Amino acid sequence: MVRFTLPMILAPYVVLAIASTVAGILSWRSGATPNPTLINLTQRINAWWVMVILMSIAFAFGKSGVILLFAFVSFAALREFVTLTYSRRSDHWVLLGIFGIILPFQYWLVWTEWYGLFTIFIPVYCFLIMPALTALRGDTERFLERIAHQQWAIMIAVYCISHVPFLLFLDIPGFQGQQIFLIIFLIVTVQGSDVLQYVFGKLFGKHRVSPNVSPSKTWEGLSGGLASASLLGAALSFMTPFSPLQAGAIAFMICTLGFLGGLVASAIKRDQGVKDWGQLIEGHGGMLDRADSLVFAAPIFFHIVRFYWTV
Amino acid sequence: MSDFSAVMFRFLRAATSTTLAIVARVVTGVRPLWLGTTPSERQRVYFANHASHGDFILLTACLPPRERLRTRAVAAADYWGKTKLRRFISQDMLSSVLIERSSAERKVDPLAVMLKVLDQGDSLIIFPEGTRNMSEERLLPFKSGLYNLAVARPGIELVPCWIENMSRVLPKGEFLPVPLLCRVVFGAPIAPETNEDRAAFLVRAHDTLLKLDPRPER
Repeated sequence: MVRFTLPMILAPYVVLAIASTVAGILSWRSGATPNPTLINLTQRINAWWVMVILMSIAFAFGKSGVILLFAFVSFAALREFVTLTYSRRSDHWVLLGIFGIILPFQYWLVWTEWYGLFTIFIPVYCFLIMPALTALRGDTERFLERIAHQQWAIMIAVYCISHVPFLLFLDIPGFQGQQIFLIIFLIVTVQGSDVLQYVFGKLFGKHRVSPNVSPSKTWEGLSGGLASASLLGAALSFMTPFSPLQAGAIAFMICTLGFLGGLVASAIKRDQGVKDWGQLIEGHGGMLDRADSLVFAAPIFFHIVRFYWTV
Repeated sequence: MSDFSAVMFRFLRAATSTTLAIVARVVTGVRPLWLGTTPSERQRVYFANHASHGDFILLTACLPPRERLRTRAVAAADYWGKTKLRRFISQDMLSSVLIERSSAERKVDPLAVMLKVLDQGDSLIIFPEGTRNMSEERLLPFKSGLYNLAVARPGIELVPCWIENMSRVLPKGEFLPVPLLCRVVFGAPIAPETNEDRAAFLVRAHDTLLKLDPRPER
């Protein structure tokens, strides 16, 4: 039986305190003119404080807190995505439906644990009904582009992210009531991998993975980040239904997916001619800049656990 | 008007303005980009592109609170003065300045109305396109009012403001907003140069505003 212990609750704050101290010493040593990387690092750490506090509060409220938190993440991500895409005046009602009906309904399905409809509501019903409504409006200008943008928006921002809170309802023998640790495992490894890739990349990065898509992603950062995040995952196996080896392997896989999510998000941003999705999180950019790795990792983590561990 | 109702109206306006600014920020996450100037409590005439009823709310949401409360939008009397409800919303709640657009039918000179407001010390928002832009063009040609104001009150800064995305949040004819991220880009103030005639100045003001669009390709 895994329970929240004081060291477990304090761990992220200790890590952040160490990070803030290191950043503070570096800024102090660099004197009056800290370089932009250092300023950005400090902003990122400060933003992490806010995010960790918000997550702690949400987790303390249990099911409702977790669902509301990720519904908000979806809302912010969706707003950033739809802002970037092409739409016309005739799309107004479809866009209203995306924000006003699809997003709340998908999270209501999470709340009621209605798994069957949760998995098909967006990729079956919405994907067919939305283009039908758009066609009924009669505006065919750049039709395929518009419906494709809308569908990718809800796929990424709503469907994929909503798999995180649904982890709470996976029925794993001997693990009932402890599923919140699956969410913590997912977030700590995937977000940890992002941070570790950033750190390894800044320290040792030379060879770029995909210079056309993202100049900041290097092979050194990727391999260092993935290796250390997999070890981190193995170390966290005590809070999961996995053995250390399984936890390490799963962490490796979801962190690789996280990397790919970041790469796809970078490609979309490059295509749309922007650097960041938004300005919601100081130092990071928008919500999607932070959550892009989670978007790819969450559904596949969900289905692996569901397939191999649930009854 | 009695003192009591005057106080009530002042309160109503301040409450409306604050509420709308908060709503605009929550829905659109609006960020001002002060490119050519800084927020200031100097008296100004803000001129902006226009495609949505939300434009003026978005613009004022970006101003410092004191400046926001004394910045008034110039609106068309033939639209906003048409019914009792619209008059209540525009004049009493939003303290808009209503002017008559049609030169053939109007009884009061719009320039005189605007100058009177400026002489009280208030700032103005004007949409020099004269109407909400529904065309494929990003910005329609400007009407003369901007030039006339500049010539009549040369001490007041004319600040170009590009409003991004509001036309998608709340298009003409719709009343429910879609939450999309918006920005307002504030450019450097412009003024007519000596020997610059009306047409030349209006073209220059038009191009200055257009150049502020941060994503011109869309």
